[in-house]
Amino acid sequence: MAKKEIIKDPTAKKNIFLVVSRRVFFASASILAFLILWEVAARLKLVSVPAFFPPISKIFGALASEAEKGYLWKNLFISLRRSLLGFFIGLLVAIPLGLLVGWFKTFGDLLNPLLQVFRNLPTLALLPVFVMFFGIGEVSKVSVIVWGVLWYTLLNTISGVRSVDPQLVKAARSMGTGNLRLFGYVVLPAALPFIFTGVRISATVSILILIAAEMMGASTGIGYAMFFYQANFLIPEMFAYIIVMAVLGTGLNFILEHIEKISFRWRDDAGTT
Amino acid sequence: MSVNEGKEKIALRNLRQIYYIRNQQTKRLEEFVALEDFSLSIEEGTFIAIVGPSGCGKSTLLDIVAGLTRSKGGSIEIDGEKVTGPSLNRGLIMQGYALFPWRNVRKNVEYGLEVKRVPKAERKAISQKYIDLVDLSGFEERYPNELSGGMRQRVAIARALAYDPQVLLMDEPFAAVDAQTRETMQDELLRIYAKTEKTIIFVTHSIEEAVLLADRVVVMTPRPGRIREVVDITLPRPRFNADVRVSADYGVLVQRIWELLHEPDVAPAPAGPGEDGVIDIADEILPSAVL
Ligand SMILES: Nc1ncnc2c1ncn2[C@@H]1O[C@H](COP(=O)(O)OP(=O)(O)O)[C@@H](O)[C@H]1O
Ligand SMILES: [Mg+2]
Repeated sequence: MAKKEIIKDPTAKKNIFLVVSRRVFFASASILAFLILWEVAARLKLVSVPAFFPPISKIFGALASEAEKGYLWKNLFISLRRSLLGFFIGLLVAIPLGLLVGWFKTFGDLLNPLLQVFRNLPTLALLPVFVMFFGIGEVSKVSVIVWGVLWYTLLNTISGVRSVDPQLVKAARSMGTGNLRLFGYVVLPAALPFIFTGVRISATVSILILIAAEMMGASTGIGYAMFFYQANFLIPEMFAYIIVMAVLGTGLNFILEHIEKISFRWRDDAGTT
Repeated sequence: MSVNEGKEKIALRNLRQIYYIRNQQTKRLEEFVALEDFSLSIEEGTFIAIVGPSGCGKSTLLDIVAGLTRSKGGSIEIDGEKVTGPSLNRGLIMQGYALFPWRNVRKNVEYGLEVKRVPKAERKAISQKYIDLVDLSGFEERYPNELSGGMRQRVAIARALAYDPQVLLMDEPFAAVDAQTRETMQDELLRIYAKTEKTIIFVTHSIEEAVLLADRVVVMTPRPGRIREVVDITLPRPRFNADVRVSADYGVLVQRIWELLHEPDVAPAPAGPGEDGVIDIADEILPSAVL
């Protein structure tokens, strides 16, 4: 694919406008259509239990009122704090550990079977164990997120370090590069795209686990709120929080994908002239 | 050529390299001699070309001279000092370019300078000089994936030149570029060589290329790699593709080396266990009629 080209002709403004509107259209058309369909279906009462299927406008109304009352922000704040905390602690453990395991081959081979066993445990099944150890407070929720997040970043970091092109190592060595510099100048940059992919997946995973954890035992947070409204038959409010989750997950992934694209411009092989 | 003409720069003495390879039938490790009794004295400022069938140990030899691998026997001295590891007084240009994909052209060229701890401002001045030398001005901010094969090759050359090694080791550097680019690169290398007066060991598959570039062409035998003969190339310098290729001496030299490569061995060399198994020399080294 060609890099961004700067169009320098009189029609440039119009072109850019067209390009942008085209993009916006493609990004939102299916979602908009879905929402409109929903609204119409709900208004015409095309479903068997209309109470479970409020029109979209009503759901957004509920969302607005949640925001107005401040509940939304409070829940969102608490949830984000949990997931970000778990996410960053997870990265803090996973990246250095992954670098070590990937770099020191024997150490990695020794540790790998255990990592495979741990990785294949379903994260949420461990929540009761975490609750047992840490109580039902914040610590158990954050630790289950740490656990869930850990594996994606860890395994990607390991494979990133291990897949460094030996020719590059050879080139660096031929120029008198010592071990420490080899790590910082060659291994780390080569592994970075892999690490970042792990981080991006981890971010999405941290939200998924958070919500499940909040549904299983919490008194605050968006996962809990959704669960609470569902139990109390406040269906528009329930859907309102589902929308919040959808926006959160998609938004996070969108932002991280963009950072990835910008940071690793050197990665795509298509720019050959 | 060099003001120091006659001074020995590199002394290769009885180099021998062995790899251990698992025999597919017996499943046992066997010794495989990749390089045998390789001795050569190289004067400062000389351009040496090495030709030989693939798998005869040319890359092995360069790795040893670069200090990346230790030979099983023999020794190397550069300026009278034993080589024990890689150093910035030698620059290796590998066949696959091996550019750092996350570094743009400038940063790639500056790599050796960073290792040398050259201050930033000075680094920039030096890298610019070599980027200009290989005709890549204007491409400083490009990443390797945004360059053509020939341009990448030139970045690799600039990278090796920038930290100013006295010895350049080049492993089939032009093998992967198209014929036309190849000729341009050869002329460019001749120009750089004339300008910088380095000692160069240049491995190539092409007899024409060896004759065009070198002062001496080392012809190797297939497995185990030994020196069959060293042919002096007396063509006058400065050389350019256009002039050299039409000269009568050139054709004679090419023919002579071709015959050396095709002369049957005293004892037929056993095929090594390399990826290509039994090799057919005739297929691999031919003075191509087109050139
Ligand atoms: N690391 C290695 N282990 C085992 N055999 C090797 C290794 N490197 C090279 N060889 C073998 O040694 C021989 C010489 O290899 P090389 O120096 O790469 O040849 P050339 O560069 O002349 O094509 C080949 O037969 C190759 O298969
Ligand atoms: Mg080779």
